[in-house]
Amino acid sequence: MGFKSAISMQQVTKSFDGGKEFVLNGIDLDIPKGQLTVIIGYSGTGKSVLLKHMLGLLQPTSGKVEVLGRDLASMSPDEMGRFRRRLGVLFQHAALFDDMTVLENVCFPLREHRRYWTAQQIVEVAETKLAASGLDPKHYGKLPGELSGGMRKRVGLARAIALDPEVILYDEPTTGLDPILSEMVDDLILETHQRVEGATSVVVSHDLFAAFRLADHMVMLDKGKVLLAGTQEDFHNSQVELIQRFLAKGFKK
Amino acid sequence: MLAFWMQYRVKLNQAIDDMAWALFQRIYQFFFDSGRSLIFFIESTKLIFTKPYRVEEIIKHMEFIGNKSILIISLTGAFTGMALSFQIYLGFNLVNATNLVGPTVALGISRELGPVLTGLIVAARAGGAMAARIGTMRVTEQIDALQVMGINAKQFLVSPRIVAAFITMPLLCGVFDFVAMLGAHVLGIYVLGLDEAIFWDKILLWIKPSDVFEGLIKAAVFGVTFATICTFKGYTTSGGAKGVGEATNQGVVHSMVMIIILNFFMTNFIRFYLAVING
Repeated sequence: MGFKSAISMQQVTKSFDGGKEFVLNGIDLDIPKGQLTVIIGYSGTGKSVLLKHMLGLLQPTSGKVEVLGRDLASMSPDEMGRFRRRLGVLFQHAALFDDMTVLENVCFPLREHRRYWTAQQIVEVAETKLAASGLDPKHYGKLPGELSGGMRKRVGLARAIALDPEVILYDEPTTGLDPILSEMVDDLILETHQRVEGATSVVVSHDLFAAFRLADHMVMLDKGKVLLAGTQEDFHNSQVELIQRFLAKGFKK
Repeated sequence: MLAFWMQYRVKLNQAIDDMAWALFQRIYQFFFDSGRSLIFFIESTKLIFTKPYRVEEIIKHMEFIGNKSILIISLTGAFTGMALSFQIYLGFNLVNATNLVGPTVALGISRELGPVLTGLIVAARAGGAMAARIGTMRVTEQIDALQVMGINAKQFLVSPRIVAAFITMPLLCGVFDFVAMLGAHVLGIYVLGLDEAIFWDKILLWIKPSDVFEGLIKAAVFGVTFATICTFKGYTTSGGAKGVGEATNQGVVHSMVMIIILNFFMTNFIRFYLAVING
């Protein structure tokens, strides 16, 4: 393997219909610590389901998921709650709380978990995170419904990094965005990964260009299994037909 | 002709079978959902007593359930009180017992109509909104976002709503009772020409505090019932906007049916309990 794992999955399977069909079909995977890993694959190959297993939002039908050295299945709900503070997530559509302003959204996890901080401290940190994700202060008082797709992603990212997580996960961060905005979000992911020292980033995407721009390490899924995991060079040199086809189509686009 | 009738009979039998099967499935689903709601209620109730206590959320939801329902509750109460006193007056006038219009209206309002109508109205207004709000949060991954932040979503979204409904519903029922009696008073005295002194004297004579408390206790239980069912439906929503619509609809209908059923059992239980403690 040659690297230290932040996330490790062993023989993970997942079925939603009592074993008739498997979305994940024996996943063996190691996400290197401190690196930016991109998980790619066609739509419906189980990428988002895989991400939800890493977050403990879904339990595997069988197999083991370890995040930062902890077996998720062995944790009590309270332990899981505390543990999840070490993770940050940018959801596909940002999942901002629509009855809170931009600033309140970013303050929210801080208010919940930094209870000994003053209101002033919380606002200051939230503003720092929003500035780091490149949002203009004139938008801080707006509700999520008043923001564009790109701005929502920025707020989502600011909220994801509010508690200085050790692992940041991105679920299809560029879905539904135009190419320019997609590139902006990719830059943001790269900047965030480089700025947060030692942080592990995991991006789930079907955007091949983004994958090659961002990834230190890449994983390709197909039919609920890992087809290939390795460096960009490993992917370029792969003789697997499906990977060659995916690369050819991705770059032709 | 016979062949036609035989064919028709087969189709009719099939239709009756289908209808009976559909009815059975709906009844089964109702009891199945009720059981799951009960488990959901027990889990959420435990979380009320664990830190962090969500006082701010409880107050916010009390304002939503209570303050914003007062107008519709008052309006319904006033017209219910007037209609009930008129109907009872018509009946009692036949046997020359109009002196008893006041206490009969008061009993009907405080024990039955107050809590039941308050429950049904608030379940439709606030319960529907709860199911829709939590359902939308579910399908837009906001509940996942809460969990990933290390926040217990049930404790944050469900428990405060149940507590708020439990506290607010007796207050709303009190408002309903008061306004309904005012309506009955206005119609009885100024339109039907009943004697004001007798109207209130008989009420004070026949109505005991336990009659009013019975209604308030029922209202609190109905509050917990609709808050649990509607938050449960919202929390378990799936399938996008269509799913949210279905969850809202099912939450309101299920709550209303449950309130009506519970009312019957609670009336009997409370009467039995009072009979036991009064020897």
